[in-house]
Formats: sequence, structure tokens, C-alpha cells
Amino acid sequence: MKRLFSAIIILAATVAIAQQPSGDLILKKVDDNFGSGNKIIVAEMIIHGRRGSRTIKSKSWIQGTEQSFTEFLAPAREKGTKMLKLGEQLWTYTPSTDRTIKISGHMLRQSLMGSDMSYEDKMEDPVLHNLYSAKVIGEEMFLERPCWVLELTAKRTDIVYYSRKIWVDTERYVPLKENRYAKSGKLLKTLEVKNIIRVQSRWVANRAVFKDVLKKGDGTEFVLESIEFNADIPSHIFSKAALRK
Amino acid sequence: MIKFLLKGLIRDRTRSLFPTLIVLAGVALTVLLFNWMNGVKNNFIQVSAKFSTGHVKIMSRAYAEEADQIPNDLALSGMESLQRELRRDFTGLIWTPRIRFGGLLDIPDEHGETRAQGPVAGLAVDLFSTSSPERNILNIEKSIVRGRLPEKRGEILISDEFADKLDIQLGETATLISSTMYGSMATANFTVVGTIRFGISAMDRGAMLADISDIQYALDMQDTVGEMLGFFDDFLYYDDKAEKITAAFNTHYMKTDDEFSPMMITLRSQNGLGEYFDMVSSISSAGLSIFVMAMSIVLWNAGLMGNLRRYGEIGVRLAIGEDKGHIYRSMIAESLMVGCIGSILGTALGLAISYYLQVKGINISYLMKNASMMVSDVWRAQVTPTSYVIGFIPGLLATLLGTSISGIGIYKRQTSILMKELET
Repeated sequence: MKRLFSAIIILAATVAIAQQPSGDLILKKVDDNFGSGNKIIVAEMIIHGRRGSRTIKSKSWIQGTEQSFTEFLAPAREKGTKMLKLGEQLWTYTPSTDRTIKISGHMLRQSLMGSDMSYEDKMEDPVLHNLYSAKVIGEEMFLERPCWVLELTAKRTDIVYYSRKIWVDTERYVPLKENRYAKSGKLLKTLEVKNIIRVQSRWVANRAVFKDVLKKGDGTEFVLESIEFNADIPSHIFSKAALRK
Repeated sequence: MIKFLLKGLIRDRTRSLFPTLIVLAGVALTVLLFNWMNGVKNNFIQVSAKFSTGHVKIMSRAYAEEADQIPNDLALSGMESLQRELRRDFTGLIWTPRIRFGGLLDIPDEHGETRAQGPVAGLAVDLFSTSSPERNILNIEKSIVRGRLPEKRGEILISDEFADKLDIQLGETATLISSTMYGSMATANFTVVGTIRFGISAMDRGAMLADISDIQYALDMQDTVGEMLGFFDDFLYYDDKAEKITAAFNTHYMKTDDEFSPMMITLRSQNGLGEYFDMVSSISSAGLSIFVMAMSIVLWNAGLMGNLRRYGEIGVRLAIGEDKGHIYRSMIAESLMVGCIGSILGTALGLAISYYLQVKGINISYLMKNASMMVSDVWRAQVTPTSYVIGFIPGLLATLLGTSISGIGIYKRQTSILMKELET
């Protein structure tokens, strides 16, 4: 009887371990869900600063992980401002000065349009398994959804956040919560998803709050207006000449 | 009696020359040190007040907490109405709004691409209003090295050193890259119409001077300023008055539940200046005390030597019946004369060198290359009415102390053995 009981326990544990995929596999599925193909995104950033809130609307054309082009649509002061990312380089264009300026060095650490996101955050490779190795450290409920808790550790030294802790929906493979840490272990930024929608057979967060914990204020709310996967994007859009058009 | 002693001192130079020279040197050094410390302290006060702190400064409470970081996102709104109220309610001061800002100045080539780029420490002041005090406060006209003052919107001055480093020519367009008060990237084109040199390393490395309306537009700060500076109308700082004005303002305007309500602070309360002023005063007092002590010891020694040399003379005077107390007092009177003459000569010498250093100054720019303090590169002495009398304290005190101590020996002489001493 005792032997049978032990065997059942061992069998159950083995089944449980076999059912739980590895951290790296979960991370790959997260990346696959979001996809690395072409996308066109229209979104709003609602920045909840110390002086109040303001909304910035933008449209982005994204090709793979290397190229993106963003045009700001509102408010009036930011309208017509454009940003171009080509690999490791980032340029911004402002119509009031008619100047294209390369963002580099310490400027990359500055806030993007006053939000809690920095230019470095924007420049980062969105494919997480390229940057981090993952380990499952637990299971928790978040937003009434079962989640795997993954601990990500940077594979290289030139990555903005040395480690991350993410809560991944076990069925939809969408990160619902995320903490980003410095090498010292200090918490730098947090992300909390507020709502998820299904678009073209993929699960996408359409409302999330990104917070720079070193900054006062209530964070930056991202609201996804529309997203089009595998969109047809003309290649000339990813050129410096397109910034001035 | 005085005439008699004075004649004795003049005729017997060995009795007076050495002590007078010592007093002269000590007093000259004291006067010079006092004037130098005074000059450095006042230079620091004036430069800090003009470029950074004002005699009083108004900021939002939130801005004041992080003032070192120039947090324009926490700047003070409602500038125009505040300025009107200040001019109505605080009439003894001159009020002027300012915005300090940081950023990059980007110089384009003929294709609009970046040719040169460098960090600037920007200062936006009211350049265009006819009633603006800023041209005088910052001495802008005299600081221009090349070009002219901005005359219309979109024109700026930059530091001459910065212009040389980036090879910026007058008339060229420069794009300021900074942050709006909401944290967005701000870019604005300006025309460089002149270069300036304030003689302050912290400013001259990369200063940009622009009209406040241009910067308010560029940084999205309509009717908002970083700081409102107040200056006493004679441009001298009065700490007690500043404290009273500050208390009155804060009682009326500052609200503990609103982090963007205005608050006023005095010059002394900013950037550790109060501690600095106290330290300078302590050093001055310590310097004077050390001089008095050192000179007293030297003069005591001189007195001892003099007494040894005048051993016979004092003996004869005692032998013919002169009272010990009378001899002691006459020697003290002699020493006071020496002290007085030495002090007059020393003060004259100290003042002469001080006046020279007040006009010419000493250029220490080579020591200030990486300094971030608001202090002039040329340090000068400053002669004040106190400078004319300060040297008499150590001059008279030291001679008095020196002779008083050395003269005690007179009371140890015994008249019974005087003849024996005189025979030897």
C-alpha cells in the first residue's frame, strides 16, 4: 500500500513536470504569438504625470524587429513629429525645425514624449528569446487568468534590463504583468495589462499601464486602437527621406 | 611724556625699528587677508545672486525640492499675475523671471545633417522688454565678445568658448534639443547672433542665452517660469530683510497641500551658501586670531631681547629711584606708539596691495576648468571701511601683549643687587 502511494505521488509529479513547458519554450511561444512580421499599429499613450494627464496618438509601421517608422498624430504640438528606427539607429524629425536628428548616447535614456517609456525601450529588440534566457519560478493567478511566472536573465551585457519577471497567461501566451530590474536587483519599470483582445488569431493586450518606478506620477497608459498583422508596408517608408514627407 | 618717549624711539632705532617692522608686516598681512577674504566672499555672493540665486528666489515647492536638477516639468505657472502682485506688494525689490534649461545645441550642415553638437547650459531671461533689468544684472553688453545682442525673436547668444569648440559662425542656425515641461523632446531653431564670455568657467563652457519668450515657446512653458528672482534695488544683499520678505511671502502664497504653489527662499538658503558664508567668517576670525597670537609671541620675544639689551638702562632708572610701575607703563606706552606707527604703515601697505588686487585681481581660470560653482575666474580683493581699522586690532593688541609679558621682568629686578649688576 505504501509503495503504491509513493508510486502515485512520483507519477503525478512526473506528469505535472512533463505538462509544464520550459521557460525558454514559453518565451518562444510569447514571441510567436505577438509575431515578428509586419504590423501597422495605431495607439494612444495617456501620460499620467504630476501636472495632470495628456494623450498622444501615434501610428507605427513595423517591419520585422529591425525597422519601424512612427508618426505622431496628436496633440497639435506633436503632430507631424516622426521617428525612424533602422537597426541600432534612431532618428527623429520635427516639422517646426525641419530637422532630422539622430538620437544617440545619453539621449536614448530620455523619456519618449514625456511618457514612462524611454527611447532605449523603443529601440529594444521585441523578440524576448533573443535577449533573455527564461526559467519558470512559479504559477500565479493574474487578471483571473492562470499564469506562469518566468524569471528572465539577460544573455548579453548590452541589454537595457538585466532581468525581468513576467507573468504569462498559460493558455494565450500573453504577458499580463512584467517587472524590469537593473543588475543590482533594483526594480526600474513595471507593466500591467488591463485588457486583452483577439486580433487575427492572436491575443493582444489593448490596454496596459507602463510605469517608470523611479519617476513620480501614475504611469503611462497604452491604448491600442488598431493593429494589423502581416500588413503590406512599402519599403520606402523605412528611409530618412520619408521623415520629411 | 609722549614727546619724550617718541624722541627716544626715533633716536634709538634699535629700540623701535625691529618691532615696528614686525607690526607693519603683520598688520599689512592682516589687512590683505581681510580684504581678500572679503573680496572672495562678496564675489561669490554677487556672482551667485546675479546668475543663479537672486537675493531671494521664488519657485514652485516641487521645483525647489529638486532645484539642482532644474526640473522644468515642475516649474511655476501663472507667472504674469504673480509678477504683477510682486511688483505691487514687494516694492523694495526688482523682480525678474528666468528659465534655466539644459540640452544639446545641434549645428546642421548644408544638407540639414548634424555637423556639430554639444551640451549647453541655457539661461532664458527677459532680453527684449525696455524695463528689463537683466542687461545690467548680467552685464550682457560688456560680456559680448563677437556679434551683438539679440534684437528679435529666435536670436541667441552662446559662449565664445563653445562657439570656438564647435566652429559656430555668427548668423548660423542652431537647433536646441531639450525637453518640454511635459517631458517631450523639444526642438527649436535659433540664429546665433553673438558670443559671450562672462568670466565664469561654469557658464563659459557652454552657455546659451536666449529671450524668455522664445524658450517658453520652445519648452511649451506658456506663462510658466522656472524661477522668479528678486534683487534689492541697490543690488546689495541684506539677510535680515530677505528673511522678513521671505516669511511674509510664504505666509501668504505657499500652500502645504499644493506642490505647485510658489515658495520663496533667500540667497543664504540656497546651494549651501549660508554654510559657506559662515565658514568664510570663521576663517577670517581664525586668521586674525592666529596673526595676533603669532605677532604677540614675536613681539614678546623682541621685548625680551630689548629688555636684555636695555638691562643696564632699566637698572640705572631703578637705581635713580624711578618707580617700577612707571618704567613698566612707559615701556607699554612706547610699545603702543610702536604698534600705532606699525599699524598705520602696515594698514597703508596692506591697503595699497589690496587696492591693486581689487583693480587687477588674480586670474584663477586654470584652476576652474571643471568647476561647477558660480564663481568668477578673476578673484579680487575688496576694500571696505572696516579695512582701514581692522589692522589696528592685531597691531596694537600684539605689541601691548608682547610688552606686557616681557616687561614683567622689571618687577623681578631687586634694587639691593642693582649696583652689583651694574658693576658687571
